[in-house]
Parts: sequence; structure tokens; C-alpha cells
Amino acid sequence: MSTFKTGLLLLLLTGSTILVNAQVTVSGKVMDRKKPLAGVNVVLKDSYDGATTDSSGKFSFKTTEKGEFILAVTSVGYKPFEQKIKLEGAPVTVDIILKEEVTELSAVIVSAGTFEASDRKKAVAVLDPIDIVTTASANGDITGALKTLPGAQQVGESEGLFVRGGTAAETKTFIDGTLVNNFFYSSVPNIAQFGRFSPFIFKGTVFSTGGYSALYGQALSSALILESIDLPDRSSANLSLSVLNWGGGYQHLAKNKKSSWGASYSYTDLWLAFKVIKQKQDYSKVPAYHNADANFRIKTSNTGMLKYYGYFSSNRLAFTTNSIDSLGYKDRFSIGNTNHYHNLNWRESLGKRWKVTAGISYTNNKDDISSGMQDANENDAIPGGLEFKKFDVDTRGNYFNAKLVFEKRLKGLSAIRFGHEYNYTHDKLVYTSYNNQQYPSSIKGNIHSVFAESDIYITNGLAAKIGTRFEYSSLLDKTNFAPRASLAYKLGKGEQVSVAYGVFYQNPERRYLPSPNELTFMKATHYIAQYQKVVNQQSFRAEIFYKKYDDLVKTGNSNGQETALNNNGYGDAKGIEFFWRDKKNIKGVDYWISYSYLDTKRDFLNFPSAITPNFAAKHTSSLVIKKFVQKWKMNLNTAYNFASGRPYYHIGFDGSNYKFNDRGTIPDYHNVSFAINYLPFIGKQNARSFTVWVLQVSNIFNIKQTYGYQYSYNGYRKEAIVPTSRMFVYIGCFISFGVDRSDDVINNSLN
Amino acid sequence: MKKLLLLMPLSLLTFVSFAQSEKYVKAMEKLVPSVDTVWNVDQLKELSNSFERIADAEKTQWLPYYYAALTRVNAGYAIMMSGATGADKTDPEGNKAQELITKAETLSKDNSEIFIVKKLIATLMMVGDPMNRYMTYGPAASEALETAKKLNPENPRVYLQEGADKINTPEQYGGNKEEGKKLMEEAKKKFETFKPESNIHPNWGRGQVQYYLSR
Repeated sequence: MSTFKTGLLLLLLTGSTILVNAQVTVSGKVMDRKKPLAGVNVVLKDSYDGATTDSSGKFSFKTTEKGEFILAVTSVGYKPFEQKIKLEGAPVTVDIILKEEVTELSAVIVSAGTFEASDRKKAVAVLDPIDIVTTASANGDITGALKTLPGAQQVGESEGLFVRGGTAAETKTFIDGTLVNNFFYSSVPNIAQFGRFSPFIFKGTVFSTGGYSALYGQALSSALILESIDLPDRSSANLSLSVLNWGGGYQHLAKNKKSSWGASYSYTDLWLAFKVIKQKQDYSKVPAYHNADANFRIKTSNTGMLKYYGYFSSNRLAFTTNSIDSLGYKDRFSIGNTNHYHNLNWRESLGKRWKVTAGISYTNNKDDISSGMQDANENDAIPGGLEFKKFDVDTRGNYFNAKLVFEKRLKGLSAIRFGHEYNYTHDKLVYTSYNNQQYPSSIKGNIHSVFAESDIYITNGLAAKIGTRFEYSSLLDKTNFAPRASLAYKLGKGEQVSVAYGVFYQNPERRYLPSPNELTFMKATHYIAQYQKVVNQQSFRAEIFYKKYDDLVKTGNSNGQETALNNNGYGDAKGIEFFWRDKKNIKGVDYWISYSYLDTKRDFLNFPSAITPNFAAKHTSSLVIKKFVQKWKMNLNTAYNFASGRPYYHIGFDGSNYKFNDRGTIPDYHNVSFAINYLPFIGKQNARSFTVWVLQVSNIFNIKQTYGYQYSYNGYRKEAIVPTSRMFVYIGCFISFGVDRSDDVINNSLN
Repeated sequence: MKKLLLLMPLSLLTFVSFAQSEKYVKAMEKLVPSVDTVWNVDQLKELSNSFERIADAEKTQWLPYYYAALTRVNAGYAIMMSGATGADKTDPEGNKAQELITKAETLSKDNSEIFIVKKLIATLMMVGDPMNRYMTYGPAASEALETAKKLNPENPRVYLQEGADKINTPEQYGGNKEEGKKLMEEAKKKFETFKPESNIHPNWGRGQVQYYLSR
């Protein structure tokens, strides 16, 4: 009976199949606004039928389906298109125009004033993350690589980024959104210090030379925004060994790939290097650094991530130099520094296109500085009249920064962002003079900021970023209101122009506080216009800028101490900058050239009048060349940095006024660095360990470099400030061991 | 009669699903042989689109997603062989292939064949920008291949890939033509005993082995 029934059914069904078997032709053409689109998948939804468009955008297919169907068209970079069609026997013709999807890949990006090194294929990403570590003159330091970009000065006598006529203090650094205090090791007279953090813990670097987002503040010139890495790809251990240091670390990725932790330690001692390479200073305690860090990263949900990074460093050094003030005597300087840094960051999607990012960072920094003079027998001695040269300064800094940002994505790439930032600083300082008199001081400050910003994509090719920032400083008991706006317009494929305007405020530097006088925020106004073209592995950008400074701090002399008087300082900076990078024209060679012209004058601190400051060169240029030689598995990098002679001044206090005792221009600066990275593992199959050998030589041609001049206290003698050694050689080896996880994959799958 | 009534919808159900599966098999049978013979960029993309249409209509079959990914990544290699280098040329194909193979993997876990495609994708991505990607995609490729081998040591395509890597890599980077040929011989041997689960299951690669051995 049942067989009979099935048979009947079969008959019925086959019958119906025959009925529908009449084929319908569906054809048409797929275009975007201008040209036909090839390779587009045209799909009759829920059936197998469909076609791929040919080079003229045409498609045609036959289907046996009948009734109402959805014709769906998908192509990368375009919005998906769907249309209902009725299949009733007659041929169907559908012409389709796809709309370009506003994606980060194709959309215009507000890029005025911004350099980015990241994996993201954004228009502003002119550097790759690896460039940070493979630029010859960088010496593995983050800011070293950035100094080969237009906008930054080649200042060798002190650390930091001097951007577009600004001081190093006008550049602030942020890790995962929160402010980093003491980004560099504590200052040592006339010796530029390195950044504390390894470039390998960051996946993205954004270097803004002006006009930056309202999410950041308290920096008159520049923001360096670093983004730390998320979960590692695999567990790994690493070892490093060089003439300067040794260290090791371990990163563990959990089996479910949802969390990881890691820790590392390194010890740096310049004893060997200083034995081989003669230093200008005579070290009684060769610089030695203990550095340790630890991290964890937890994927709290599909879209959530919690990250912690903690850093600890203890380092000290002591040296003497022949004193310029008194013949036969030596100046001695020593510093011991301990620094903790903790950063906790959380981000999560809240649904309905809302996102939250919260971060806190805490820094504890302790510097014990001792300065004085020694006689020929290396005993402490103070010649008469030079008592001021013997002092101890012990500082304790506690810094806390918290930031909360909400983001709501609107249509396409448009978004609004707003939030709050809180910054707490507590600086304690004890100054001990030659007669053991102690002068303690303590300054606490709070800054509350609220900010809002919106990205507005009018079309794929026209975007604006408008923001404002409002700050209250408890120390000044004043508020400020800083508007920011920028606009970008796409001219063609990879070609765009953008302009930016912004007002930036910054508190007076702590070293001039407390002041008996009422002070206010220092202010800078930026105007930037940029043209950029990025096509086929070639990038070109040109930028002109004008920056106006108002309310800069002026200082005066009270009892030999330089203290802040008022905010009557002012200045401006204008210039033009070019950047060209080419990975294409010379096979296997990647090079970039940058040039900056800077015209700046300012009257601030103890300057007798508005002058070009000693940290600003008129012409700055860099050429960076990288070549990978396959045969030798070597990466050859070279960099040439040039800066025209900077002015120098000797400013003296005559009892009532500051005046110029001497002034001039230092010689032009030239530096050629060379680095070889040898990568023996490259291309090796089933490589479980990566080894990189590094050889770096800075100032390879042994060119004499002068950073400025220092004067004896009475101004009679003058001496060039030069690098601690002319040439420097670094040899090191980094090994990273991947920990095999394929066994885990198998074991998990068998459970 | 009650029994019969009960049976009726049941048999109808089996019948329908059988019919659908026959349609599926037929459509696949038409396309699958091309996987081993087509090496033209446009044709590979078209093939990938066709597999994707079947995959999206079926929703529960891993094979069409797998083939869509395989032909998509092969389109990336074909672009590279036509002389266009650089990540911007091959990344779109690699990313699309990754999207497709992820869908295949959710339908069939711990599948040696799927790991072969993952290996092909990782290598394509690495070659696009070796300096920046060797540390991520390099190990990802070798891990995928090792996993494919562990999941099915009899899979001839494992040895084909290992051999091709050895042959195509310059000697100073660990390439070795001799070893590569030996692996190809191994692949050839495995192919002799290899029986695909059905005539639409992965069975490609014999031609490539032949090609490498004849060079």
C-alpha cells in the first residue's frame, strides 16, 4: 500500500517538475556609477542559479525556478544589492547600479598632520609597523624612527620630539588612549635619553604633528598615540643578547585563544660598550638598567577586550666631566631612577553600534639626582663662588590618568564620540643646597576634561571631523575651551586634500611651578593644509602649516631660581613639509625622503626678545633606504639625517634683566647610520624559532656633530655640546621561539 | 490506514530531501572536476562564485564553501603568477577565501582538507607582504599544514603542498628540489591508494604532482 502511495506521489512530483521545467533567462548589466563591474556574483537567492559578470559587466543565466525570487548582487567594496524579480516564463532583464560602500579602505581619511604606522590599510598609514624597528637611525627607539618624518627636529642633546618649532614638552604620548608620564628615561645633562618602552609591544603608532583629535589634550604641538598589541598569535618565548643588554620573556596564549599573559625582564649595562667606545664622560657608575614588564589580555566577549600592561625600571648612572667653571676641577652628576607604570584598558561593544573604551594608567617615578664638583683627587670640593653647583634633588612623582570614551557609529563610517578624562599629578621635590639646607615643595594638580567629536561622512569622498574639548585645571583654577575641525576631500583614487584647524592648551611646565604669580594655560592655534597621493606602493604628501603661540610662560630670576612670571610669551611657526616614499620603482628597494622647512620665532621663558629657539633648525631632511637582499637573507638599512645649523644663545641675567651675552649658529648636522638585520630563518619551513641578528652603526663616517654650546657660569668660557661618542656600534641577537600548538588543536578536537 | 497516513509524510520527507540532495550532487558533479583543470583568474573567480551560490543555498554543506575558498585562493595565486605582485592585488582574494573557509570550518571541524586550504591562504597572504607578515602568516601556514597531516596522514595533498613549498622556495631559505621531488613521489604514492568519500569530495592535485615530477 505504502509503495503504491509513494509511487503516486512520485508521479505527481515528477509531473510538477516537468511543468516548471520551462527555463527563464535572467540577464542584465552591473555597473557602479561610472564603469561596468566584472567578476560580480549575481545570485538567485536560495537557488543554485546565478552568474558572474563578464568584463563588460554583463551577466546572463537560465533558471528553471518559478515564482517570486530575490536577485542578490554582491561585490567587495560595494553595498549589497537585492531586488525582487518574478519568474513567469518571460525573459527578465535587470540592470543594476551598485553603490560604493563607505569603508575604511576606500573612504577619504582626515589625514592632515597625521602619520600612522599600522596594519590598517588606511590612507594615513604611510609606515609599516616594522619600519619603527628597521629604520637605521632609530636605534630601536620609537621616536628615533619618527624623527625621519617631516615635522620632527634632529635634536641630539636632549630627548623628546621637537615638533614644528615646539619644545619636547609640547609633545605628549598616549598608550591605549591614556597619558604616559616619563615616556623617556630621566634627563641627564646634554645626553639624549631613550624611550622606556620596547617598540615590539605596540601594533600601531599614530604621530600627529598638529591638528589632532579632541580626545587628546594638554599638548601644544604634537600627540604620539600608541596602541598596544592584542592577543598574540601563539605562545612564545624570546631571548635577546647584545653588547648592551640581555633579557628574556615569555608569552602564554590560553588553549581557547581567549586570554594571554606574559612577562619579561632585561638587564642593560653599558660597561662593555663604554670600554670599547670612548665616551666624553668619565663614568664612575656606568649606566645600568633593570627593566621588567608583565601583561595580560583577556577577550571578555566576542567584541570585548581587557588589557593590562605593567612596567618597572630601576636604573642609575654617575659620571664626571672636566668642569668648565674651574680649571682642574670636575663636575659630577649622578642619577638613580625608579619607575612604575601600569595601564589597564577595556573596550567593549554595547550593541546598537555603541562602543565603550575605558582606560586608567598610573605612574610612580622617583629620581635621586646629585650634582657637585670634585678636585683632581676626586674628592668633593667646592671652589669659592661655585656653591650653587653642589645640590641634591630628590623628586617623587605620582601620576594618575583615566579616560572614558563612548562611541556611537552612525550610518556608514560616520560616528560620534564623547567622554571624560581625569588627570591627577602629585610632584614632590626636595632640593638640598650645598649647606645642607633643604627646600621641599609639593604640587598637586587635577585636570578634568570633557570632549566630544564627530566624524561626518557626507559622501565616500568628503568627510569632516569636528570636535571640542573643555578643560578645568585645579592648579590654575581656570578653564579652557578648545575647538577642533578638519575636512578631507577625495580628488581621485588614493588622492586627497585635507585641512585642519585646532586650538590646543597646555598647563605651564611643572619645573616652573609653584609660581607666586597667577598663571593661565599656554595656547597654540594650528592651521594645516595637506595634499596626499598614495598609489601602487608610492606615497607622496605635502603639507603647509601655520601655528600661533599665545600665553607662553615667561620666567624671571628670583634669588637665582628661574620661576614663572606671567603668560606674556608668544610666538609662531610656519613651514612646508614634503614626504615621498617609493617601494616600487627600484626593485627590492624601499626608500623615503622627507624634508621640512621651518620658520619660527618665539619669546618665552627667559628669552630677551622673540628669537628662533635653539631647538629649531630651518631645514631638516632625512633619507631612509631599505633593501632586502634575498640571497643573503639580510635587510640592509641606511639613513641619512640632515639639519641646517640651529641658533645658539647664551642668555645671562644682569641683575635686573635677561640679555644675550653671546649668540651664533651651530654647524650643520649630518648623520649617516647603517644597520644590517640578518634573518637566517626566513623562508624556513616549520620554523619554530626566529632569530634576528642586528648590527647598527650610527654616524658611520665619524662626522663631527655639534648640538650647541655651554658656557661657564661667568660666561667667559664656552664649550661645544657634542655626542658622548662620535660613532656608536651595536651588535645584538633576538631569538623568539614559537611554542607548538598543533598538538593542542588535535587534542581539543578529540575531546 | 492510520499507519499509512503516518508513513506518508515521512516518505514524502525522505523523498524531498533525497531529491534535493540529488540536485546538489548533480550541480557539484558538474563543477568539481574544473577545480583541477582551471587556472585562469576570471574562470577561477567564476567557479568560486558558482560554488558560493550552492553553498549559500544549501547552508549545511561544507563542500561548496570549501571549493569556493579553494578556487578563490587559487585565483589569488593565478593573479600572482600573471605577474601582479603586492598585497593590494592578492589580499582581496585571500580575505574572501578566508571568509569562505571559516564558513566551511563551522560546518566541518577538524577536517584535513580544510586545513590544506587554510595553509594555501596563509601562504598567499604572507607572499603578499613578506617583510611585515612572515612572523604571523609564516607559522600560521606551517601550523595549518601540520594539522592537516595530523588529522589525516594519508591525505596526498599534504605531501603535495610540502613538496611544492620545498621546490618553490629558493635554496637559501630552506628550499630543496631533491627533497621536494621525494615528497611529490610520496604524494603520488598516497594518491594511488586515496579514495575520496564520494565523487564530489576533494580529489584534486594529481595533475600538479605530475607537473612537478615532470619538471
